[in-house]
Amino acid sequence: MTTLSVNGRRLDLEVAPNTPLLWVLRDHLGMTGTKFGCGAGLCGACTVHVDGQPVRSCVTPIEAIGSKQVTTIEGVSSTKVGAAVQASWDKIDVPQCGYCQSGQVMAATALITGNRAPTDADIDSAMSGNICRCGTYARIRAAIHHAADALKE
Amino acid sequence: MNATFPLDSRRAFLKKAAVAGGGLIIGLHLPRGSLAGNEVEPVAENAWVRIAPDNTITLICHRNEMGQDVHTSLALLVAEELNVDVNKVAIEQAPVNPVYVNALLGAQITGGSSSIRDAWTKLREAGATARVRLVDAAASRWKVPAADCVAKDGFVMHSSGKRLSYGELADAAGKLPATTKVTLKNPADFTQIGKQQHRLDSPAKARGQAIFGLDVVQPGMLYASLEQCPVLGGKATSVNDSAAKAMKGVVAVVNIGEGVAVIADHYWAAKNARDALRITWDYGPAATLTTDAIHATLKEGAKQDGAIVKQAGDAAAALKTAVKVLRAEYQLQLLAHATLEPMNCLALVSEKGCDIWTSTQYPQGAQGVAAARSGVEAAKVRIWPQFVGGGFGRRLDVDFVGQAAAIAKAVPGKPVKLIWTREDDTRNDFYRPASYHTLAGGLDAKGNLVAFDYKMVSSSITNRLFPGVVKDGLDGFMTEGSINLTYDIKNAMQRVVIQEYGLRSGYWRSVSHALNGFAIEGFMDELAHAAGKDPVEFRLALLENQPRQKIVLERVAKEAGWGTALPPGSARGLAMMESYGTYQALVAQIRKTADGLKVEKLTYVIDPGIAVHPDQIIAQIHSGAVSGLINTLRNKITIRNGRVEQSNFNDFPLLRMYQMPEIKVVLIEAGGAPGGMGEVGVPLVAPAIANAVFALTGTRVRSLPLADSKIEFV
Repeated sequence: MTTLSVNGRRLDLEVAPNTPLLWVLRDHLGMTGTKFGCGAGLCGACTVHVDGQPVRSCVTPIEAIGSKQVTTIEGVSSTKVGAAVQASWDKIDVPQCGYCQSGQVMAATALITGNRAPTDADIDSAMSGNICRCGTYARIRAAIHHAADALKE
Repeated sequence: MNATFPLDSRRAFLKKAAVAGGGLIIGLHLPRGSLAGNEVEPVAENAWVRIAPDNTITLICHRNEMGQDVHTSLALLVAEELNVDVNKVAIEQAPVNPVYVNALLGAQITGGSSSIRDAWTKLREAGATARVRLVDAAASRWKVPAADCVAKDGFVMHSSGKRLSYGELADAAGKLPATTKVTLKNPADFTQIGKQQHRLDSPAKARGQAIFGLDVVQPGMLYASLEQCPVLGGKATSVNDSAAKAMKGVVAVVNIGEGVAVIADHYWAAKNARDALRITWDYGPAATLTTDAIHATLKEGAKQDGAIVKQAGDAAAALKTAVKVLRAEYQLQLLAHATLEPMNCLALVSEKGCDIWTSTQYPQGAQGVAAARSGVEAAKVRIWPQFVGGGFGRRLDVDFVGQAAAIAKAVPGKPVKLIWTREDDTRNDFYRPASYHTLAGGLDAKGNLVAFDYKMVSSSITNRLFPGVVKDGLDGFMTEGSINLTYDIKNAMQRVVIQEYGLRSGYWRSVSHALNGFAIEGFMDELAHAAGKDPVEFRLALLENQPRQKIVLERVAKEAGWGTALPPGSARGLAMMESYGTYQALVAQIRKTADGLKVEKLTYVIDPGIAVHPDQIIAQIHSGAVSGLINTLRNKITIRNGRVEQSNFNDFPLLRMYQMPEIKVVLIEAGGAPGGMGEVGVPLVAPAIANAVFALTGTRVRSLPLADSKIEFV
């Protein structure tokens, strides 16, 4: 039995402890907002927060999480920064196919949470682990600036 | 956006709506498609627009959403004529039905930058027909002339002030005799088409709520992971599965021919057990194939005459009398599609038939292959298309659907979700074909282009995917970018040679526009330099009868500051073409940095005739630019001993945020009808950048990716 804290809920699970968090979220908990892209921590589609830090859930076994708090795309809306990021994503119409966008929103939320006024260089550095095959990068950048500005008001 | 579709509910609802007077359904019959020829059930619910008594307006969207925002664009066509806010239109993904055949492609396909072109008249007529019938129903109820009524914002109103909602009128409108003729709005009166609109799916996609194929859940669902033969075309002859079967959660092991699948209660269990399989393979005829052999085969193919694509004057004679003759060979590489959502499919084979939930560009093909591999007759195969996590042409192939059906057949009554790993996805693609091009150009004493001889050699995707369609050696998907060349050349001979090389090939965003575009636009730059002319000036001289192409070329020169000074270490390159009915020109600006070259800026001028959804046209150009950069800079698939050497994003690296150039898109509209958009941004990136590399370094690169010629970009 493993206990996991996800979006503020404590959950007891019968899962092999080396199972990646991604598959526990998706297949055991039915939370499909977090996506599978590469299985090797290379694309960022599976990004979640563990104690507020962006983590690649596809290469994070649940045994490595312990009592830390996991936040997923399903839970990030209830944070002030997460909600602002999502509102900016809507306003700027960032998504195309949308498959990477859960991970992009999680990475952007972690960035702005730690840095309320990210520069373009900060964005390059924080977001370059998240691949968008459709090429929405210019809008991701604009939406991050927009969200950061909105949070200042 | 619901993860679980109760079986048959949608179809049942449509039938109820149509038969039991549940509202108004508007549809238009189309001729049956011929390209794919799958057997499909008769039209029972041929419809795009459904207006329910509760005022819900639904577009039954017959094209698949893969990022191009076809949901909003097609809804706009209907909403404009129906006089309702597009944001009030709900989207439901259409099932497989002959009425939904794409008239430009002859099958129910989302591809070929054709969704808007195919739907432009069809869906506006569907919206207008609904409007006319609602007005007629109201006029009939009020016993007034229809001419005294207007339909607007969800209500039909009479000059007296009476009004009824569309929903209140839907039943009566649905019972009226067929409407045969409608008048469409004058484009000058559009209030939504061509205006700034939000994507209907942005909120769901920003919140992880859009359901992709990978996300569909069915009760009692199992998972499968499939080990496929490392050589494409090979077969599993035997398997030792004792270790796999002993692992926790494993339900069954199934040999489906091209590979062996493990079915388990969870994906991770299936994946681990798959890794424990010991399979003996018959690698088949491709076991010794190499990339070098592929390119050598193509080069050898150039010795054939091939088929004539286009001909003017006498190119051979004109080359003999030309003052200066230039000859060159160009070459392009194999590429994977690398959609971010790996191939996957959920299949259920039961006494009711076969149900398929998947991300696909080709639901009709999915139905055919699922029928073939499940043994269920096609009429009992139901396809439930989902949001597509990237298509780029990969999901025009439905191999993974067939695999899921074959696997699910082993556990009847149990839904099984097949999920490929990223490595599976990279190594089992239908690869963007490699190609070889020979070119010759003749200049007169004044440096004018008076002769052009061109041959393109590549694999025919159409021959594989749609056998029988290619006639006389002319594959329409290989001639694009050549047959529609927008230069007036007095003496031109353009040929194509179909040359197979032993590896399966697939449509990759912009298909042969990228192949022919790189060769021809690179060569045009060579000719301009050989003529001692500026590349813009050289092209303009060939555009006397190409008014739209001339306008975009002149405009891009202005927008990109062509001819103005750049800082040392920077240079520009140019390319232009027509594709999918859309005219464009592109200037790439590059710069030398300490870490290598950098693509600094791409300036596009795009003329689609009519821009239906301008904000997403800009998005599509950005997206095309990224696909174009993948084609240009460093990506390639290589083959050794019949095996694909690349595996994941470490060795097939996609463009990242820090590598993105600035992209400027200038949209102009010549009028007429809308051109295609989904692939337009792709093909000119390579020639524009290669031409800029020449301008900067003096090195002429005639093969892709540029990294293979030691042209390294950041």
